[in-house]
Amino acid sequence: MKEQKNTTQQVLIAGFGGQGVLFLGKLIAHAGVLLGKNVTWLPSYGPEMRGGTANCAVILSDEPIGSPIVSEPDVLIAMNLPSLTAYQPRVCAGGEIIYDASLVHESPAREDVTVRALPATRLATEAGMDGLSNMILLGAFLSDCLHLTQEQLRQALEHTVPAHKAHLIEANLHAIAIGKHELALAGQNATVRTERPRRAG
Amino acid sequence: MQETILMKGNEALAEAAILAGCRHYFGYPITPQTEIGAYLSKRMPEVGGVFLQAESEIAAIHMVYGASCAGKRAMTSSSSPGISLKSEGLSYLAGSDLPALVVNVQRAGPGLGGIQPSQSDYMQATRGGGHGDFRNIVLAPASVQEMASLTQRGFDLADEYRMTAMILSDGTIGQMMEQVTLETPVPKLVEKPWALTGTGGKREKNIVTSLYLSPKELEEKNLTRFARYKLVEERETDYEAFCMEDAEICLIAYGISARVSRNAVSAARAKGIRAGMIRPITLWPFPSAALKQAAKTVKHFLSVEMSMGQMMTDIELAVRCTRPVTLVSHVGGVIPTPEEVLLAIERAAEEAAV
Repeated sequence: MKEQKNTTQQVLIAGFGGQGVLFLGKLIAHAGVLLGKNVTWLPSYGPEMRGGTANCAVILSDEPIGSPIVSEPDVLIAMNLPSLTAYQPRVCAGGEIIYDASLVHESPAREDVTVRALPATRLATEAGMDGLSNMILLGAFLSDCLHLTQEQLRQALEHTVPAHKAHLIEANLHAIAIGKHELALAGQNATVRTERPRRAG
Repeated sequence: MQETILMKGNEALAEAAILAGCRHYFGYPITPQTEIGAYLSKRMPEVGGVFLQAESEIAAIHMVYGASCAGKRAMTSSSSPGISLKSEGLSYLAGSDLPALVVNVQRAGPGLGGIQPSQSDYMQATRGGGHGDFRNIVLAPASVQEMASLTQRGFDLADEYRMTAMILSDGTIGQMMEQVTLETPVPKLVEKPWALTGTGGKREKNIVTSLYLSPKELEEKNLTRFARYKLVEERETDYEAFCMEDAEICLIAYGISARVSRNAVSAARAKGIRAGMIRPITLWPFPSAALKQAAKTVKHFLSVEMSMGQMMTDIELAVRCTRPVTLVSHVGGVIPTPEEVLLAIERAAEEAAV
Protein backbone atom coordinates (compact mmCIF):
# COMPACT_ATOMS: atom_id res chain seq x y z
CA MET A 1 0.00 0.00 0.00
CA LYS A 2 1.40 3.34 -1.00
CA GLU A 3 1.34 6.54 0.97
CA GLN A 4 -1.92 8.36 0.35
CA LYS A 5 -1.88 11.85 -1.09
CA ASN A 6 -4.87 14.19 -1.15
CA THR A 7 -7.18 11.64 0.29
CA THR A 8 -8.35 9.97 3.44
CA GLN A 9 -6.54 7.21 5.27
CA GLN A 10 -8.39 5.19 7.88
CA VAL A 11 -6.42 3.11 10.35
CA LEU A 12 -7.69 0.67 12.96
CA ILE A 13 -5.34 -0.54 15.68
CA ALA A 14 -6.40 -3.35 17.98
CA GLY A 15 -4.91 -5.61 20.62
CA PHE A 16 -4.88 -6.34 24.34
CA GLY A 17 -5.03 -3.57 26.90
CA GLY A 18 -1.43 -2.79 27.91
CA GLN A 19 0.13 -3.46 24.50
CA GLY A 20 0.27 0.23 23.69
CA VAL A 21 -2.59 0.20 21.20
CA LEU A 22 -3.86 3.68 22.10
CA PHE A 23 -0.33 5.08 22.23
CA LEU A 24 0.41 3.72 18.77
CA GLY A 25 -2.74 5.41 17.48
CA LYS A 26 -1.85 8.69 19.13
CA LEU A 27 1.59 8.64 17.56
CA ILE A 28 0.08 8.15 14.10
CA ALA A 29 -2.38 10.96 14.84
CA HIS A 30 0.42 13.33 15.88
CA ALA A 31 2.35 12.37 12.76
CA GLY A 32 -0.71 13.29 10.70
CA VAL A 33 -0.81 16.71 12.31
CA LEU A 34 2.87 17.25 11.45
CA LEU A 35 2.04 16.38 7.83
CA GLY A 36 -0.62 19.08 7.82
CA LYS A 37 -3.55 16.68 7.75
CA ASN A 38 -6.86 16.78 9.55
CA VAL A 39 -6.82 14.09 12.18
CA THR A 40 -9.22 12.20 14.43
CA TRP A 41 -8.33 9.60 17.05
CA LEU A 42 -11.10 7.65 18.71
CA PRO A 43 -10.40 5.06 21.42
CA SER A 44 -12.57 2.24 22.63
CA TYR A 45 -13.35 3.29 26.17
CA GLY A 46 -15.37 0.39 27.44
CA PRO A 47 -14.62 -1.76 30.49
CA GLU A 48 -12.54 -3.88 28.10
CA MET A 49 -9.80 -1.24 28.50
CA ARG A 50 -8.97 -2.80 31.84
CA GLY A 51 -7.21 -5.91 30.64
CA GLY A 52 -9.39 -6.99 27.73
CA THR A 53 -9.24 -5.89 24.13
CA ALA A 54 -8.47 -2.31 23.25
CA ASN A 55 -8.73 -0.57 19.93
CA CYS A 56 -8.54 2.87 18.43
CA ALA A 57 -9.49 4.41 15.13
CA VAL A 58 -7.33 7.04 13.46
CA ILE A 59 -8.31 9.04 10.39
CA LEU A 60 -5.86 11.24 8.49
CA SER A 61 -7.33 13.38 5.76
CA ASP A 62 -6.76 16.42 3.59
CA GLU A 63 -10.51 17.10 3.80
CA PRO A 64 -12.57 18.00 6.87
CA ILE A 65 -13.34 14.72 8.66
CA GLY A 66 -16.97 13.81 9.21
CA SER A 67 -17.48 10.68 11.26
CA PRO A 68 -14.43 9.66 13.34
CA ILE A 69 -15.60 6.06 13.30
CA VAL A 70 -13.64 3.63 11.16
CA SER A 71 -15.80 0.78 9.91
CA GLU A 72 -13.75 -0.15 6.86
CA PRO A 73 -10.08 0.52 7.59
CA ASP A 74 -7.47 1.01 4.89
CA VAL A 75 -4.95 -0.35 7.35
CA LEU A 76 -5.45 -2.77 10.24
CA ILE A 77 -2.71 -3.14 12.82
CA ALA A 78 -3.60 -6.28 14.80
CA MET A 79 -1.63 -7.06 17.94
CA ASN A 80 -3.42 -10.27 18.89
CA LEU A 81 -5.50 -13.04 17.33
CA PRO A 82 -8.94 -11.88 18.51
CA SER A 83 -8.28 -8.49 16.89
CA LEU A 84 -7.18 -10.04 13.61
CA THR A 85 -10.17 -12.37 13.57
CA ALA A 86 -12.63 -9.62 14.41
CA TYR A 87 -11.43 -6.91 12.09
CA GLN A 88 -9.80 -8.52 9.05
CA PRO A 89 -13.12 -8.92 7.20
CA ARG A 90 -13.63 -5.16 7.45
CA VAL A 91 -10.34 -4.10 5.82
CA CYS A 92 -11.13 -2.61 2.44
CA ALA A 93 -9.92 -4.41 -0.67
CA GLY A 94 -6.44 -3.25 -1.57
CA GLY A 95 -5.79 -2.27 2.03
CA GLU A 96 -3.15 -3.59 4.38
CA ILE A 97 -2.99 -5.80 7.44
CA ILE A 98 0.03 -5.52 9.71
CA TYR A 99 0.14 -7.99 12.59
CA ASP A 100 2.33 -9.40 15.32
CA ALA A 101 3.30 -12.85 14.07
CA SER A 102 4.81 -13.74 17.46
CA LEU A 103 1.36 -13.73 19.00
CA VAL A 104 -0.80 -14.55 16.00
CA HIS A 105 -0.09 -17.91 14.47
CA GLU A 106 -2.90 -17.88 11.92
CA SER A 107 -2.40 -16.08 8.62
CA PRO A 108 -5.11 -13.67 7.52
CA ALA A 109 -7.52 -15.29 5.07
CA ARG A 110 -7.74 -12.20 2.92
CA GLU A 111 -6.00 -12.35 -0.46
CA ASP A 112 -6.98 -8.91 -1.69
CA VAL A 113 -4.89 -6.98 0.82
CA THR A 114 -1.21 -6.54 1.55
CA VAL A 115 -0.21 -8.59 4.55
CA ARG A 116 2.78 -7.74 6.74
CA ALA A 117 3.56 -10.33 9.36
CA LEU A 118 6.24 -9.17 11.79
CA PRO A 119 7.34 -11.19 14.81
CA ALA A 120 7.18 -7.96 16.76
CA THR A 121 7.07 -9.34 20.29
CA ARG A 122 10.05 -11.63 19.66
CA LEU A 123 12.05 -8.86 17.97
CA ALA A 124 11.33 -6.53 20.88
CA THR A 125 12.43 -9.13 23.43
CA GLU A 126 15.60 -9.94 21.46
CA ALA A 127 16.48 -6.25 21.41
CA GLY A 128 15.90 -6.00 25.15
CA MET A 129 12.87 -3.80 24.58
CA ASP A 130 9.95 -5.75 25.99
CA GLY A 131 6.77 -3.76 25.57
CA LEU A 132 7.84 -1.97 22.41
CA SER A 133 6.32 -4.44 19.95
CA ASN A 134 3.84 -1.68 19.11
CA MET A 135 6.70 0.51 17.86
CA ILE A 136 8.07 -2.34 15.76
CA LEU A 137 4.70 -2.66 14.05
CA LEU A 138 4.67 1.11 13.63
CA GLY A 139 7.95 0.78 11.72
CA ALA A 140 6.12 -1.36 9.17
CA PHE A 141 3.24 1.11 9.00
CA LEU A 142 5.63 4.02 8.42
CA SER A 143 7.46 2.11 5.68
CA ASP A 144 4.29 1.24 3.79
CA CYS A 145 1.62 3.76 4.57
CA LEU A 146 2.88 7.04 5.99
CA HIS A 147 6.25 8.48 5.14
CA LEU A 148 7.86 10.69 7.76
CA THR A 149 11.31 12.20 7.93
CA GLN A 150 13.39 11.16 10.94
CA GLU A 151 12.89 14.66 12.32
CA GLN A 152 9.11 14.46 11.95
CA LEU A 153 9.12 11.06 13.61
CA ARG A 154 11.09 12.41 16.54
CA GLN A 155 8.71 15.36 16.84
CA ALA A 156 5.68 13.08 16.74
CA LEU A 157 7.21 11.02 19.56
CA GLU A 158 7.97 14.13 21.57
CA HIS A 159 4.32 15.16 21.27
CA THR A 160 3.05 11.73 22.25
CA VAL A 161 5.40 10.53 24.99
CA PRO A 162 4.56 12.05 28.37
CA ALA A 163 7.30 14.24 29.84
CA HIS A 164 8.18 11.77 32.60
CA LYS A 165 8.90 9.10 29.98
CA ALA A 166 10.89 11.32 27.62
CA HIS A 167 13.98 9.17 28.26
CA LEU A 168 12.26 6.35 26.35
CA ILE A 169 12.13 8.26 23.05
CA GLU A 170 15.46 6.82 21.86
CA ALA A 171 14.30 3.28 22.58
CA ASN A 172 11.09 3.97 20.68
CA LEU A 173 13.05 5.25 17.69
CA HIS A 174 15.25 2.17 17.81
CA ALA A 175 12.23 -0.16 17.87
CA ILE A 176 10.67 1.67 14.91
CA ALA A 177 13.94 1.25 13.01
CA ILE A 178 13.89 -2.50 13.76
CA GLY A 179 10.38 -2.70 12.33
CA LYS A 180 11.40 -0.87 9.18
CA HIS A 181 14.48 -3.06 8.78
CA GLU A 182 12.49 -6.26 9.27
CA LEU A 183 10.02 -5.16 6.64
CA ALA A 184 12.78 -4.40 4.17
CA LEU A 185 14.20 -7.91 4.73
CA ALA A 186 10.82 -9.59 4.36
CA GLY A 187 9.71 -7.32 1.55
CA GLN A 188 9.74 -9.89 -1.21
CA ASN A 189 7.75 -12.38 0.82
CA ALA A 190 4.79 -10.11 1.41
CA THR A 191 1.56 -11.12 -0.21
CA VAL A 192 1.11 -8.88 -3.20
CA ARG A 193 -2.36 -7.54 -3.60
CA THR A 194 -4.42 -6.02 -6.35
CA GLU A 195 -4.76 -2.35 -7.15
CA ARG A 196 -5.78 -0.04 -4.36
CA PRO A 197 -9.39 1.01 -4.62
CA ARG A 198 -10.49 4.61 -4.36
CA ARG A 199 -12.35 5.66 -1.25
CA ALA A 200 -15.29 7.99 -1.22
CA GLY A 201 -15.38 10.94 1.19
CA MET B 1 -0.98 33.08 16.68
CA GLN B 2 -2.54 30.35 18.76
CA GLU B 3 -1.04 26.89 18.56
CA THR B 4 -3.12 24.07 17.13
CA ILE B 5 -2.82 20.92 19.21
CA LEU B 6 -4.34 17.46 19.43
CA MET B 7 -6.60 17.06 22.42
CA LYS B 8 -9.43 14.93 23.68
CA GLY B 9 -12.83 16.61 23.63
CA ASN B 10 -13.20 16.33 27.39
CA GLU B 11 -9.76 17.85 28.01
CA ALA B 12 -10.28 20.67 25.51
CA LEU B 13 -13.52 21.52 27.28
CA ALA B 14 -11.74 21.58 30.63
CA GLU B 15 -8.88 23.80 29.43
CA ALA B 16 -11.36 26.12 27.70
CA ALA B 17 -13.22 26.53 30.99
CA ILE B 18 -10.01 27.69 32.65
CA LEU B 19 -9.29 30.09 29.78
CA ALA B 20 -12.83 31.44 30.20
CA GLY B 21 -12.02 32.36 33.78
CA CYS B 22 -13.70 29.47 35.56
CA ARG B 23 -11.90 28.79 38.84
CA HIS B 24 -14.53 26.60 40.52
CA TYR B 25 -15.16 23.03 39.46
CA PHE B 26 -17.22 20.57 41.47
CA GLY B 27 -17.86 17.08 40.15
CA TYR B 28 -18.08 13.38 40.64
CA PRO B 29 -16.49 10.90 38.21
CA ILE B 30 -18.50 8.95 35.66
CA THR B 31 -17.62 7.47 32.25
CA PRO B 32 -17.36 8.88 29.60
CA GLN B 33 -16.52 12.33 31.00
CA THR B 34 -14.07 11.53 33.80
CA GLU B 35 -11.20 13.21 31.92
CA ILE B 36 -12.81 16.59 32.62
CA GLY B 37 -12.40 16.17 36.37
CA ALA B 38 -9.03 14.44 36.04
CA TYR B 39 -7.69 17.28 33.91
CA LEU B 40 -9.03 20.00 36.19
CA SER B 41 -7.70 18.28 39.30
CA LYS B 42 -4.23 19.02 37.89
CA ARG B 43 -4.92 22.39 36.29
CA MET B 44 -7.08 24.16 38.87
CA PRO B 45 -4.38 24.21 41.57
CA GLU B 46 -1.91 25.60 38.98
CA VAL B 47 -4.15 28.62 38.33
CA GLY B 48 -5.22 29.13 41.93
CA GLY B 49 -8.66 27.63 41.35
CA VAL B 50 -10.74 25.08 43.19
CA PHE B 51 -11.14 21.47 42.09
CA LEU B 52 -13.37 19.56 44.42
CA GLN B 53 -14.53 15.99 44.01
CA ALA B 54 -17.82 16.05 45.86
CA GLU B 55 -19.37 13.12 47.71
CA SER B 56 -22.09 12.88 45.06
CA GLU B 57 -23.46 14.53 41.93
CA ILE B 58 -26.17 16.21 44.01
CA ALA B 59 -23.59 17.74 46.33
CA ALA B 60 -21.49 18.88 43.38
CA ILE B 61 -24.24 20.87 41.69
CA HIS B 62 -25.21 22.52 44.96
CA MET B 63 -21.59 23.57 45.41
CA VAL B 64 -21.93 25.18 41.98
CA TYR B 65 -25.04 26.91 43.32
CA GLY B 66 -23.02 28.26 46.23
CA ALA B 67 -20.11 29.48 44.14
CA SER B 68 -22.51 31.08 41.68
CA CYS B 69 -24.31 32.88 44.53
CA ALA B 70 -20.96 34.44 45.32
CA GLY B 71 -20.72 35.72 41.73
CA LYS B 72 -18.10 33.23 40.58
CA ARG B 73 -17.96 31.35 37.30
CA ALA B 74 -18.61 27.76 38.36
CA MET B 75 -19.19 24.47 36.59
CA THR B 76 -19.94 20.82 37.05
CA SER B 77 -19.85 17.93 34.61
CA SER B 78 -21.32 14.47 34.47
CA SER B 79 -22.90 11.92 32.19
CA SER B 80 -26.54 10.94 31.85
CA PRO B 81 -27.31 9.11 35.14
CA GLY B 82 -25.33 11.75 37.00
CA ILE B 83 -27.28 14.54 35.31
CA SER B 84 -30.52 12.98 36.52
CA LEU B 85 -29.12 13.26 40.04
CA LYS B 86 -28.32 16.90 39.40
CA SER B 87 -31.84 17.73 38.27
CA GLU B 88 -32.81 19.12 41.66
CA GLY B 89 -29.89 21.52 41.48
CA LEU B 90 -30.76 22.55 37.91
CA SER B 91 -34.22 23.53 39.11
CA TYR B 92 -32.88 25.49 42.10
CA LEU B 93 -30.32 27.31 39.94
CA ALA B 94 -33.13 28.32 37.58
CA GLY B 95 -35.44 29.34 40.44
CA SER B 96 -32.69 31.51 41.87
CA ASP B 97 -31.69 32.97 38.48
CA LEU B 98 -28.10 31.85 38.91
CA PRO B 99 -25.61 31.41 36.07
CA ALA B 100 -23.87 28.04 35.84
CA LEU B 101 -22.22 25.77 33.32
CA VAL B 102 -23.29 22.12 33.39
CA VAL B 103 -21.75 19.55 31.07
CA ASN B 104 -23.51 16.34 30.05
CA VAL B 105 -21.34 13.94 28.05
CA GLN B 106 -24.21 11.60 27.24
CA ARG B 107 -24.18 7.83 27.56
CA ALA B 108 -26.96 5.40 26.81
CA GLY B 109 -29.94 5.03 29.15
CA PRO B 110 -32.38 4.80 30.75
CA GLY B 111 -31.24 3.84 34.22
CA LEU B 112 -27.58 2.98 34.52
CA GLY B 113 -27.83 2.04 30.84
CA GLY B 114 -24.42 1.67 29.24
CA ILE B 115 -21.29 3.72 28.82
CA GLN B 116 -21.31 4.06 25.04
CA PRO B 117 -22.31 7.32 23.32
CA SER B 118 -25.93 8.39 23.13
CA GLN B 119 -28.15 11.43 22.61
CA SER B 120 -31.10 10.24 24.60
CA ASP B 121 -31.10 13.10 27.12
CA TYR B 122 -32.38 15.56 24.51
CA MET B 123 -35.78 16.13 26.09
CA GLN B 124 -34.34 16.27 29.60
CA ALA B 125 -31.82 18.92 28.52
CA THR B 126 -34.00 21.08 26.27
CA ARG B 127 -37.03 21.12 28.58
CA GLY B 128 -35.10 22.13 31.67
CA GLY B 129 -34.54 18.78 33.29
CA GLY B 130 -36.05 19.47 36.70
CA HIS B 131 -39.34 20.46 38.27
CA GLY B 132 -40.93 23.81 37.54
CA ASP B 133 -41.04 26.00 34.45
CA PHE B 134 -37.55 26.69 33.22
CA ARG B 135 -35.11 26.30 30.38
CA ASN B 136 -31.37 25.85 30.02
CA ILE B 137 -29.39 27.19 27.11
CA VAL B 138 -28.31 23.91 25.49
CA LEU B 139 -25.18 23.94 23.33
CA ALA B 140 -24.30 20.92 21.19
CA PRO B 141 -20.63 20.61 20.18
CA ALA B 142 -19.86 18.49 17.10
CA SER B 143 -16.07 18.68 17.33
CA VAL B 144 -13.27 18.99 19.84
CA GLN B 145 -12.93 22.62 18.73
CA GLU B 146 -16.55 23.26 19.65
CA MET B 147 -16.12 21.48 22.99
CA ALA B 148 -13.78 24.39 23.71
CA SER B 149 -15.52 27.29 21.98
CA LEU B 150 -19.06 26.44 23.13
CA THR B 151 -17.86 26.05 26.72
CA GLN B 152 -16.55 29.59 26.56
CA ARG B 153 -19.75 30.84 24.93
CA GLY B 154 -21.73 28.96 27.56
CA PHE B 155 -20.10 30.83 30.43
CA ASP B 156 -20.79 34.17 28.74
CA LEU B 157 -24.41 33.32 28.00
CA ALA B 158 -24.99 31.99 31.50
CA ASP B 159 -23.72 35.22 33.04
CA GLU B 160 -25.58 37.45 30.60
CA TYR B 161 -28.98 35.79 31.03
CA ARG B 162 -28.54 34.52 34.60
CA MET B 163 -29.33 30.92 33.71
CA THR B 164 -27.71 27.53 33.28
CA ALA B 165 -25.88 26.84 30.04
CA MET B 166 -25.60 23.15 29.38
CA ILE B 167 -23.06 21.55 27.08
CA LEU B 168 -24.89 18.54 25.65
CA SER B 169 -22.15 16.34 24.25
CA ASP B 170 -21.75 12.60 23.89
CA GLY B 171 -19.18 9.90 24.59
CA THR B 172 -17.67 10.06 21.12
CA ILE B 173 -17.03 13.79 21.02
CA GLY B 174 -15.78 13.64 24.62
CA GLN B 175 -13.38 10.76 24.05
CA MET B 176 -12.05 11.56 20.59
CA MET B 177 -8.94 13.58 19.87
CA GLU B 178 -8.66 16.06 17.05
CA GLN B 179 -7.05 19.38 16.34
CA VAL B 180 -8.08 22.29 18.49
CA THR B 181 -6.94 25.89 18.72
CA LEU B 182 -7.46 27.14 22.24
CA GLU B 183 -8.23 30.82 22.34
CA THR B 184 -8.02 32.96 25.40
CA PRO B 185 -11.33 34.73 25.06
CA VAL B 186 -12.18 38.10 26.50
CA PRO B 187 -15.05 37.08 28.77
CA LYS B 188 -18.08 39.31 28.48
CA LEU B 189 -17.90 41.24 31.70
CA VAL B 190 -21.27 41.16 33.34
CA GLU B 191 -21.89 43.08 36.52
CA LYS B 192 -23.37 40.86 39.22
CA PRO B 193 -24.90 43.37 41.66
CA TRP B 194 -27.09 40.56 43.01
CA ALA B 195 -24.15 38.40 44.14
CA LEU B 196 -23.49 37.58 47.78
CA THR B 197 -20.14 39.25 48.19
CA GLY B 198 -20.53 40.81 51.60
CA THR B 199 -22.16 44.20 52.15
CA GLY B 200 -19.13 45.70 53.88
CA GLY B 201 -21.77 47.58 55.86
CA LYS B 202 -22.30 49.81 52.82
CA ARG B 203 -25.40 48.39 51.15
CA GLU B 204 -28.56 46.46 51.75
CA LYS B 205 -27.98 42.74 51.89
CA ASN B 206 -28.64 40.67 48.78
CA ILE B 207 -30.86 37.60 48.94
CA VAL B 208 -30.58 34.72 46.49
CA THR B 209 -33.46 32.28 46.81
CA SER B 210 -35.89 30.16 44.84
CA LEU B 211 -38.53 30.28 47.59
CA TYR B 212 -41.46 32.64 47.02
CA LEU B 213 -44.49 31.81 49.10
CA SER B 214 -46.66 34.54 47.61
CA PRO B 215 -48.25 33.20 44.40
CA LYS B 216 -48.38 36.66 42.86
CA GLU B 217 -44.73 37.29 43.52
CA LEU B 218 -43.76 33.82 42.25
CA GLU B 219 -45.82 34.29 39.09
CA GLU B 220 -44.07 37.59 38.48
CA LYS B 221 -40.68 35.86 38.93
CA ASN B 222 -41.63 33.20 36.38
CA LEU B 223 -42.92 35.74 33.86
CA THR B 224 -39.80 37.90 34.16
CA ARG B 225 -37.68 34.78 33.64
CA PHE B 226 -39.61 33.82 30.54
CA ALA B 227 -39.28 37.34 29.14
CA ARG B 228 -35.55 36.78 29.41
CA TYR B 229 -35.87 33.36 27.73
CA LYS B 230 -37.63 35.13 24.86
CA LEU B 231 -34.59 37.36 24.44
CA VAL B 232 -32.37 34.27 24.35
CA GLU B 233 -34.56 32.76 21.62
CA GLU B 234 -34.36 35.96 19.57
CA ARG B 235 -30.65 36.59 19.95
CA GLU B 236 -28.80 33.38 20.66
CA THR B 237 -30.25 30.70 18.37
CA ASP B 238 -27.41 29.20 16.35
CA TYR B 239 -27.00 26.52 13.71
CA GLU B 240 -24.76 25.50 10.82
CA ALA B 241 -26.19 25.01 7.33
CA PHE B 242 -24.30 22.48 5.18
CA CYS B 243 -25.09 22.13 1.45
CA MET B 244 -28.49 23.76 2.03
CA GLU B 245 -28.56 26.19 -0.95
CA ASP B 246 -30.69 23.92 -3.15
CA ALA B 247 -31.41 21.06 -0.74
CA GLU B 248 -34.57 19.00 -1.21
CA ILE B 249 -33.71 16.46 1.47
CA CYS B 250 -32.70 18.09 4.73
CA LEU B 251 -31.00 16.21 7.56
CA ILE B 252 -31.24 17.62 11.06
CA ALA B 253 -28.52 16.31 13.33
CA TYR B 254 -26.28 17.48 16.17
CA GLY B 255 -23.11 16.24 17.87
CA ILE B 256 -21.72 12.91 16.67
CA SER B 257 -24.84 12.29 14.56
CA ALA B 258 -24.04 15.45 12.62
CA ARG B 259 -20.52 14.16 11.94
CA VAL B 260 -21.96 10.95 10.52
CA SER B 261 -24.62 12.88 8.59
CA ARG B 262 -22.01 15.10 7.03
CA ASN B 263 -20.44 12.03 5.36
CA ALA B 264 -23.88 10.88 4.21
CA VAL B 265 -24.76 14.29 2.72
CA SER B 266 -21.44 14.38 0.83
CA ALA B 267 -22.03 10.84 -0.47
CA ALA B 268 -25.57 11.75 -1.53
CA ARG B 269 -24.33 14.86 -3.34
CA ALA B 270 -21.80 12.68 -5.15
CA LYS B 271 -24.77 10.64 -6.39
CA GLY B 272 -26.58 13.77 -7.57
CA ILE B 273 -29.09 13.88 -4.71
CA ARG B 274 -29.80 17.36 -3.42
CA ALA B 275 -29.20 16.67 0.25
CA GLY B 276 -28.21 19.15 2.92
CA MET B 277 -28.01 19.44 6.67
CA ILE B 278 -29.06 21.92 9.29
CA ARG B 279 -26.98 21.26 12.39
CA PRO B 280 -28.39 22.89 15.50
CA ILE B 281 -25.58 24.38 17.59
CA THR B 282 -28.13 25.53 20.15
CA LEU B 283 -30.71 22.81 20.89
CA TRP B 284 -32.52 25.26 23.12
CA PRO B 285 -33.29 27.62 21.64
CA PHE B 286 -33.95 25.28 18.70
CA PRO B 287 -33.40 26.80 15.23
CA SER B 288 -37.12 26.58 14.44
CA ALA B 289 -37.18 29.68 12.22
CA ALA B 290 -34.40 28.28 10.02
CA LEU B 291 -36.30 25.00 9.64
CA LYS B 292 -39.56 26.80 8.88
CA GLN B 293 -37.74 28.77 6.20
CA ALA B 294 -36.13 25.61 4.81
CA ALA B 295 -39.52 23.90 4.65
CA LYS B 296 -40.45 26.26 1.79
CA THR B 297 -38.08 24.39 -0.52
CA VAL B 298 -37.16 21.17 1.29
CA LYS B 299 -39.38 18.21 0.42
CA HIS B 300 -38.43 15.82 3.18
CA PHE B 301 -36.70 16.14 6.56
CA LEU B 302 -34.69 13.42 8.27
CA SER B 303 -34.06 13.54 12.00
CA VAL B 304 -30.76 11.75 12.54
CA GLU B 305 -30.44 11.25 16.27
CA MET B 306 -29.27 8.67 18.81
CA SER B 307 -32.62 8.74 20.59
CA MET B 308 -36.12 7.52 19.81
CA GLY B 309 -37.41 10.62 18.03
CA GLN B 310 -36.92 13.11 20.84
CA MET B 311 -35.53 15.77 18.49
CA MET B 312 -37.95 14.78 15.72
CA THR B 313 -40.73 16.31 17.83
CA ASP B 314 -39.03 19.70 17.66
CA ILE B 315 -38.57 19.40 13.90
CA GLU B 316 -42.26 18.60 13.41
CA LEU B 317 -43.20 21.56 15.57
CA ALA B 318 -40.85 23.84 13.64
CA VAL B 319 -42.19 22.89 10.20
CA ARG B 320 -45.77 22.64 11.54
CA CYS B 321 -45.94 19.12 10.03
CA THR B 322 -46.05 20.63 6.52
CA ARG B 323 -43.35 18.23 5.35
CA PRO B 324 -42.71 14.60 6.16
CA VAL B 325 -40.12 14.02 8.86
CA THR B 326 -38.47 10.60 9.04
CA LEU B 327 -36.57 9.31 12.04
CA VAL B 328 -33.13 7.79 11.42
CA SER B 329 -31.90 6.57 14.74
CA HIS B 330 -29.93 4.17 16.83
CA VAL B 331 -29.99 3.94 20.59
CA GLY B 332 -28.31 2.03 23.38
CA GLY B 333 -24.82 3.21 22.45
CA VAL B 334 -24.99 2.25 18.78
CA ILE B 335 -23.88 4.97 16.36
CA PRO B 336 -25.57 5.25 12.94
CA THR B 337 -23.25 4.60 10.01
CA PRO B 338 -22.96 7.01 7.07
CA GLU B 339 -24.12 4.17 4.81
CA GLU B 340 -27.45 3.71 6.55
CA VAL B 341 -28.06 7.45 6.70
CA LEU B 342 -27.32 7.59 2.97
CA LEU B 343 -29.85 4.81 2.43
CA ALA B 344 -32.47 6.87 4.29
CA ILE B 345 -31.61 9.88 2.13
CA GLU B 346 -32.02 7.80 -1.04
CA ARG B 347 -35.41 6.49 0.12
CA ALA B 348 -36.58 10.01 0.95
CA ALA B 349 -35.37 11.24 -2.45
CA GLU B 350 -37.33 8.48 -4.20
CA GLU B 351 -40.46 9.38 -2.28
CA ALA B 352 -39.97 13.07 -2.98
CA ALA B 353 -39.65 12.34 -6.70
CA VAL B 354 -43.02 10.53 -6.87
